[in-house]
Amino acid sequence: MSTDGPLTPTQSDDLRAIAAVMIPASTEFDVPGADDPVIQADIVTTLGRDACLVREALDELACLASAPLAALDPARREAVAMELRAKGGAAVETLTRVVLQCYYRDDRVVRSLGLEPRPPYPRGHVLEDGDWSLLDPVRARPPMWRRA
Amino acid sequence: MLRRVHGKGSMNDPVDVLIIGAGASGAAVAWSLAETKMHILCLEQGGWMNPATFPSTGRDWEARFFGDYSPSPNIRARPEDYPINDDNSPIKVVNFNGVGGGTVMYTAHFPRLHPSDFRVNSLDGVAEDWPIDYDTLVPFFEENDRMMGVSGLAGDPGVPPRNPPMPPLPLGRSGTMLAKAMNRLGWHWWPSDTTVATVDYEGRARCINLGHCTPACAQGAKASTDITYWPAALRAGVELRTHCRVREITTDEQGMAAGVVYYDADGIEQFQAAHVIVLACNGVGTPRLLLNSASGRFPNGLANSSGLVGRNLMFHPYAQVYGYVAEETDSNRAPPICLWSKEFYETDLSRGFVRGYTFQFGRGVGPVAEAVASEAKGLLPWGAGHHDAFRRLNGHRLGMSAICEDLPEEHNRVTLDPVLKDSHGIPAPRIDYTLGENTARMMEHGIARAKEILAAAEATDICVNSPILYGGWHLLGTARMGEDPARSVVNRWGRSHDVKNLFIVDGSLFVTSGGVNPTSTIQALALYIADQMKQRLANLFD
Repeated sequence: MSTDGPLTPTQSDDLRAIAAVMIPASTEFDVPGADDPVIQADIVTTLGRDACLVREALDELACLASAPLAALDPARREAVAMELRAKGGAAVETLTRVVLQCYYRDDRVVRSLGLEPRPPYPRGHVLEDGDWSLLDPVRARPPMWRRA
Repeated sequence: MLRRVHGKGSMNDPVDVLIIGAGASGAAVAWSLAETKMHILCLEQGGWMNPATFPSTGRDWEARFFGDYSPSPNIRARPEDYPINDDNSPIKVVNFNGVGGGTVMYTAHFPRLHPSDFRVNSLDGVAEDWPIDYDTLVPFFEENDRMMGVSGLAGDPGVPPRNPPMPPLPLGRSGTMLAKAMNRLGWHWWPSDTTVATVDYEGRARCINLGHCTPACAQGAKASTDITYWPAALRAGVELRTHCRVREITTDEQGMAAGVVYYDADGIEQFQAAHVIVLACNGVGTPRLLLNSASGRFPNGLANSSGLVGRNLMFHPYAQVYGYVAEETDSNRAPPICLWSKEFYETDLSRGFVRGYTFQFGRGVGPVAEAVASEAKGLLPWGAGHHDAFRRLNGHRLGMSAICEDLPEEHNRVTLDPVLKDSHGIPAPRIDYTLGENTARMMEHGIARAKEILAAAEATDICVNSPILYGGWHLLGTARMGEDPARSVVNRWGRSHDVKNLFIVDGSLFVTSGGVNPTSTIQALALYIADQMKQRLANLFD
């Protein structure tokens, strides 16, 4: 397997494993887990400036697990993942964010939330005007600003 | 080697007026001075923005807020950014560098300072009064509202009369919920003044609710000076050189500013002579440049005989409070700010502090921002329960921020970092800042009132961010105006007390901060100073 990417094969496996713990697939909502290959590919190819901190977090994870995370039994895998989460810090926050930001822009996930999988521009959105009569009691108030 | 540019003479021939910075104030002063037909040059360290590349044009629109469109220059780290050591501050500096400056990356909330903000010492016995008053700025507020294009609703009892040229943004679902909650409490609210165009305006297309307004508007509905003032200024003959970073201002044997040393787009050191120099680099960039311009004649930095350059930094600490309602909000599908409240703006000593704050109400956030924030707050679990929790949170957030008046304290300051430098090797700014006691009490008051509002809206899972960590949008007070050269850096019309051909027009001028977003007032001040300069051209240096 190539090691030209931002992560080693072991780190990629651990990323996939912890992503599955973070966001598992759901049949109820018809969504993949964050270990889905398309989502994983999005994470890895868009790591960019986050790569260094993500690698740092995965190294911390490897230390906590003392083995590849994917090789652990599910209970131990979850325990290690939660230990990493509790530990916190910039690296763990970055790892968590990159998983969330790729998961919640996946077409399947976005559709399951009732949203359209598209950028805001150029179609924008419709905003209802609202009930301007709500302002009536405020309009009736005397000036509140202090004259100076 | 000098070269010819557009028939204006060799590139580094002396100019009449040199403006440093093409943001909110630099653009306004350039446009205003253009009618004099002087040779006006602006040097800007960034470049022109390309709306086709703005975040809201792509599927990664939310993610880029954590990267190349982060409001923090330290995170964003574009070539045109300079690093800022803000380790010793609970509030991190945020800004944007490029043509348009901070107006490229702001929420477009556009209130004005109140009349009382100019008289805090006379009224409340704290800080110092401004050397000018609200009424002096009114014609310039109005001119700026027209140039930037302000949407809003006249008749607000919370502020002095004004007539925004465009109608307000819709209330939407979020605004309606918040308005009902405020009415239940009997508290003031009003649709915010904003520079988001609600109708087609002066060549700008109306807002279509992209919703991701802060990191630049791909529609061009949000006013930034690259699409408002600058086109008009350039048509009037102002010259703008981009990717030019000024290192220092030099002075002559009379102690007058002679010109600037800058690095051009190729990184080549250049000297630009000028008869008048105008600083428009914001409340961090301006003191940084003045301090970097120390010389034998000005050993403590240029224009710094008072010792106040860099001191009295004010941020507007934000106390953010939000919760979740059962009903769906507008979330990211509209401009983020919808209402303001002036209920707690003016001093009421029974609250335990002087001065006050504005509430600015938000419509909500997009799914990635919601997921990241909720996970960090512990509301969004990992594993089982994640999906249920996210569907309860996403699109249901309702919240607000108390934007608190920060009083000037000399120990809050900008200095030069002894180690950190930008990509040109120029010493970077260092921030030392602590929250004042009055401000802290004000923030606690704001948090408590915000919780009452959210309770009235039947919101649950209340979250507080106080102060907002990356909330140093407003950089004020570090070269303030005043009558006394011992207590101020510039006079009542923006001219340095020490260097009579050096002017400052940005947020550094603020004597006190008020409790509102400052861009409207910064630009009104820039127009006022330009007007003063035009009136005094015959004896500008007397």
